[in-house]
Amino acid sequence: MDYLIHILIIAGIYTILSLSLNLIVGYTGLAALGHIAFACIGAYTSSLLALNFGISPWMGLIAGAILASTLGAIVAYPSLRLKGDYLALATFGLGVIVYSIAKNWVSLTRGPMGLPGIPSFSIFGYQISNVWSYLILVLLFVLLTYIVIKNITNSPFGRILKGIREDEIASLAMGKSVNKYKLIVFVVGAFFAGIAGSLYAHYISFIDPSSFTIMESITVLLMVVFGGMGSLKGSIVGAFLLVVLPELLRFLGMPSSIAAPLRQMIYGLLLVVLMIWRPQGLLGKYKFK
Amino acid sequence: MLQVQNLHKEFDGIKAVDDLTFTIVENSIVALVGPNGSGKTTVFNIVSGFLKAEKGKVILDAKDITSVSPYKIACLGIGRTFQNIRLFPQISVLDNVMLGLKYETGDRFSAAFLQTRKMKKEEKQNIKKAEELLKFVGIIEKRDELAENLSHGQRKLLELARILALEPKIFLLDEPIAGLFPETKRTMFGLIRKLKESGKTILFIEHDLHSVMDIAEKIIVLDHGKKIAEGTPEEIKQNKEVLKAYLGKESL
Repeated sequence: MDYLIHILIIAGIYTILSLSLNLIVGYTGLAALGHIAFACIGAYTSSLLALNFGISPWMGLIAGAILASTLGAIVAYPSLRLKGDYLALATFGLGVIVYSIAKNWVSLTRGPMGLPGIPSFSIFGYQISNVWSYLILVLLFVLLTYIVIKNITNSPFGRILKGIREDEIASLAMGKSVNKYKLIVFVVGAFFAGIAGSLYAHYISFIDPSSFTIMESITVLLMVVFGGMGSLKGSIVGAFLLVVLPELLRFLGMPSSIAAPLRQMIYGLLLVVLMIWRPQGLLGKYKFK
Repeated sequence: MLQVQNLHKEFDGIKAVDDLTFTIVENSIVALVGPNGSGKTTVFNIVSGFLKAEKGKVILDAKDITSVSPYKIACLGIGRTFQNIRLFPQISVLDNVMLGLKYETGDRFSAAFLQTRKMKKEEKQNIKKAEELLKFVGIIEKRDELAENLSHGQRKLLELARILALEPKIFLLDEPIAGLFPETKRTMFGLIRKLKESGKTILFIEHDLHSVMDIAEKIIVLDHGKKIAEGTPEEIKQNKEVLKAYLGKESL
């Protein structure tokens, strides 16, 4: 049973990532490939604050999210000039940079040895360490993310984001300050990704750079595309499916040495099938351009 | 109200706009005509801020707007359409028009985040405004269609409705009747006349000199980026320079 709850917690954390990436990629149409970098910042910030200074994980979570947002604002800068594939490459580069920093700044992050013994959240002296209570915590954050992004997208502001996705030049001709909107979207998306990273760190209690490889960014992007760009429910479905499906392989009695690469192959296969049969994703309305 | 002074623009050494000067007076319909490649759209792109000119000035209501960013120029009162129609394809026709409408505070991030009452109120008012505009151009029955599913003529009309929503001081229409059926063409001209009657200023591009004769009050003829003639349709008809450069041996 604990195993099942564990899967749900991981799926929940991925959901926060996919929802926030959907705001950037699905609604605003910015090809961002480095989403996990924001989670990495969030995770390391709150872990290091807790381990080195004994700062409460709650404060760490907020600090991590803010630092991730700051990085988001920095990433937004090239996005003001770059489009499509070029932006994808730039954000991909960012993912690599953040990963390399986590791996090589040994004096701060302990590099590949990782950070063990990260404390868990606590409320009124009660440690949220058992899986049930942590599941509730994660689900609350999923709900929060969902509501905030739903509000943002379901408004005149959100309509402008969709306009930017559809045609930047036409948006400018309609008097929309496209750059401002891109900046806001990156900051908000990075904020929630930072939260997801922090939630992950305090749950697993150990982080190392291998949790934040570029492959993870691609997995999150897959969740968004799979569920449907511009559909929040799609992002939830996408995250859960892509977390749960590979786990099913275990029940087929496959050793993990085969199951792990198979996971990647399943993702690839799913994507190919989906792009042929339903290019807008399971629940999405917008076609991938 | 709109003044273009000594505008210069080169692309790889080829002069696209060459020392162009003209003035558009308020509440008039002016046609910018010229053969393909004569620099008409380049002029539009410079005036609306999408391109930077090497030399020259663009002045709107005594305000120098040369090399101001395009979205600011749109806010200052220049609304433009595009030759190859730039709609927001995968959103509804109504939403396309709503993207042109102004909000007081309802389109801000904070309004969206908090789902303010003010936002919902403004949204309701703007839906009504957008519907009025769709009625005005005659495609209200397409309200909930995706813009990409419209026919060419309907797209042209939607693009017009969308810049109407922007309420600009001057309309720059890039080939508003290109590729339209005669009937839709008449509709479009009818709408342009209505705009003029309600006090708006219109500058539009067209490469076919015949079609602009009975709608334009003034015609500016470009050839190779240079202004070769300017005047009323009557004057243009008799201008030898125009007949030679633009129409070749063909006569009107």
